[in-house]
Amino acid sequence: MAAIVTAEGLHKSFARRGSMSPPVLDKLDLELEEGSVLALLGPNGAGKTTTVRILSTLLRPDAGRATVAGFDVVRDARRVREIISLTGQQVAVDDKLSGTENLTMMGHLAHLPRRVVRGRVAELLTAFDLADAAHRQVGTWSGGMRRRLDLAAGLLTRPRVMFLDEPTTGLDPRSRQALWDVVRGVVEQGTSVFLTTQYLEEADRLAQRVALVDGGRVVAEGTPAQLKREVGDAGVELTFASASDAGQVAPAVAATADGARVRVPTDGSVAHVRSVLSVVEATGVTPDHWEVRAPTLDDVFLALTGHVGQEHSARPAGVAA
Amino acid sequence: MTYLLRDVSTMTVRGLRLVSRDLDAMITAVVLPVIILLMFVLVFGGAMDTGTGYINYVTPGVILLAAGFGAASTAAAVEHDMSSGMVERLRSMPVTAWTVLSGHVAASLVKNLVTTAIVFGVSILMGFRPEASALEWLAAVGMILLFVGWITWLAALVGVLVRSPEAAGGFSFFVMFLPYVSSAFVPVDTLPGWLRGFAEHQPVTPVIETVRGLLAGDAAGGADPVGAAVLAVVWCLGLGLLFAVAAGLAFRARR
Ligand SMILES: Nc1ncnc2c1ncn2[C@@H]1O[C@H](COP(=O)(O)OP(=O)(O)O)[C@@H](O)[C@H]1O
Ligand SMILES: [Mg+2]
Repeated sequence: MAAIVTAEGLHKSFARRGSMSPPVLDKLDLELEEGSVLALLGPNGAGKTTTVRILSTLLRPDAGRATVAGFDVVRDARRVREIISLTGQQVAVDDKLSGTENLTMMGHLAHLPRRVVRGRVAELLTAFDLADAAHRQVGTWSGGMRRRLDLAAGLLTRPRVMFLDEPTTGLDPRSRQALWDVVRGVVEQGTSVFLTTQYLEEADRLAQRVALVDGGRVVAEGTPAQLKREVGDAGVELTFASASDAGQVAPAVAATADGARVRVPTDGSVAHVRSVLSVVEATGVTPDHWEVRAPTLDDVFLALTGHVGQEHSARPAGVAA
Repeated sequence: MTYLLRDVSTMTVRGLRLVSRDLDAMITAVVLPVIILLMFVLVFGGAMDTGTGYINYVTPGVILLAAGFGAASTAAAVEHDMSSGMVERLRSMPVTAWTVLSGHVAASLVKNLVTTAIVFGVSILMGFRPEASALEWLAAVGMILLFVGWITWLAALVGVLVRSPEAAGGFSFFVMFLPYVSSAFVPVDTLPGWLRGFAEHQPVTPVIETVRGLLAGDAAGGADPVGAAVLAVVWCLGLGLLFAVAAGLAFRARR
């Protein structure tokens, strides 16, 4: 299978001349295989949105090169726009328009032949389970419904590549599940999906490959299975009274301590959890608290890079980039 | 090219829908000018000596003031599109993205046409007696729309440049200020010297004189009606072109 999206050595800095702030993207390399899903997994401020904006022709990189279906995103931006769709981090629909009106407008703006717009809109509203609410103003819809409409607006033209920037952030678990189903359906229809997310679970459920980004670089790349092999399906998480207690126990269970915490990857079976706890007991240091937990993004970073991903909070509250 | 026309018409339909469903803005656009008209006529009317009934004098000014309110909501609508992700989405599509601005401008023109009709209606009920032929009416409304056009393109430019809804709203202060310092509500020669200089050389005054002349047989005493009309048209077209181009460039430049 060939790569449909490539990025080589992407570099981007928003720093003003003379300022010392580090680049937002620093030699970022990526590849999305045609017909598959790539998840860009990383904390807030890692550079996910910036990457998506460059790949979708909204922003020029300072250095490096990116292509979509062989077209350069800077030089052949027009060609790229004809074959992609972007669903940004913010839901971009008009609250004062109905669902049907929103999609119809997007169909015209996407330059679909006039006679096919109506049918395509009805088809998508039904497929995304929005037909019942279609005549109501979108401002009255739930967050999950609005997000599905937002996705549908990007699918009117059957794009070859769909960019989804944190599509489920802020959604409740049921809406998230519904959205995942929608994305799987899109992939089945042959669209390649470039997804960004802060949730390990989301990357695991949807993507064939995951690229872990931090500080504008890909710090690890692989299949979800490879990542999970490193991190474990779950972890026995032990919290000790002090970092030195944690440091004493960690080597015995072949883990590294993170402050007063030690996390031991596990398959979650009774036998394995019991064996971990026996080893801990044998060290003579008693944890204050322990639990078995699904891995978080922090756990992934700790396991793969040896440190926790940095939360960059340079952005003022309420402004999503 | 054919796509450009289609994009413009799609965006115009969108702009009209958004405007007609924004109840707050609609009330501001219609109720406020009527209240201001009532206030001017009932409160100040007695004190003014403008040569004819004050309502004949002041009605065109109130209509231009209403254009200012309308422009402020255009600035807010454009700012919302810039910051809400809508423009980002359009830019990732093969549309001519700046047509989103022309959609808002077209909607503003239609909205102001409605406001204008309502203000004229109320004004006539209160004793406004225009003596215009059908052609003069048409010319007067055309003049008003030219004025609305440039002020709305300025509003679109403001909407592209500002980074918050509050800043877009602040725009209304500026556009409210213009008609007050013109012959819209008081004859220019009642103003202090330095203000008079400004009032005589700003676009609202020739527009007002022209509309007033067309509707009321120039009862307010404009000296050179043709000159004023030419000046008004040149002002409005010039500023309209300037701000439309500036808005388009600013739109392209803002990332
Ligand atoms: N237009 C911009 N101007 C200045 N700084 C920006 C801009 N866009 C993003 N940044 C900064 O770049 C960094 C990465 O942002 P972003 O790509 O949005 O990260 P993510 O999507 O992973 O949260 C952040 O520190 C952010 O503040
Ligand atoms: Mg982001």
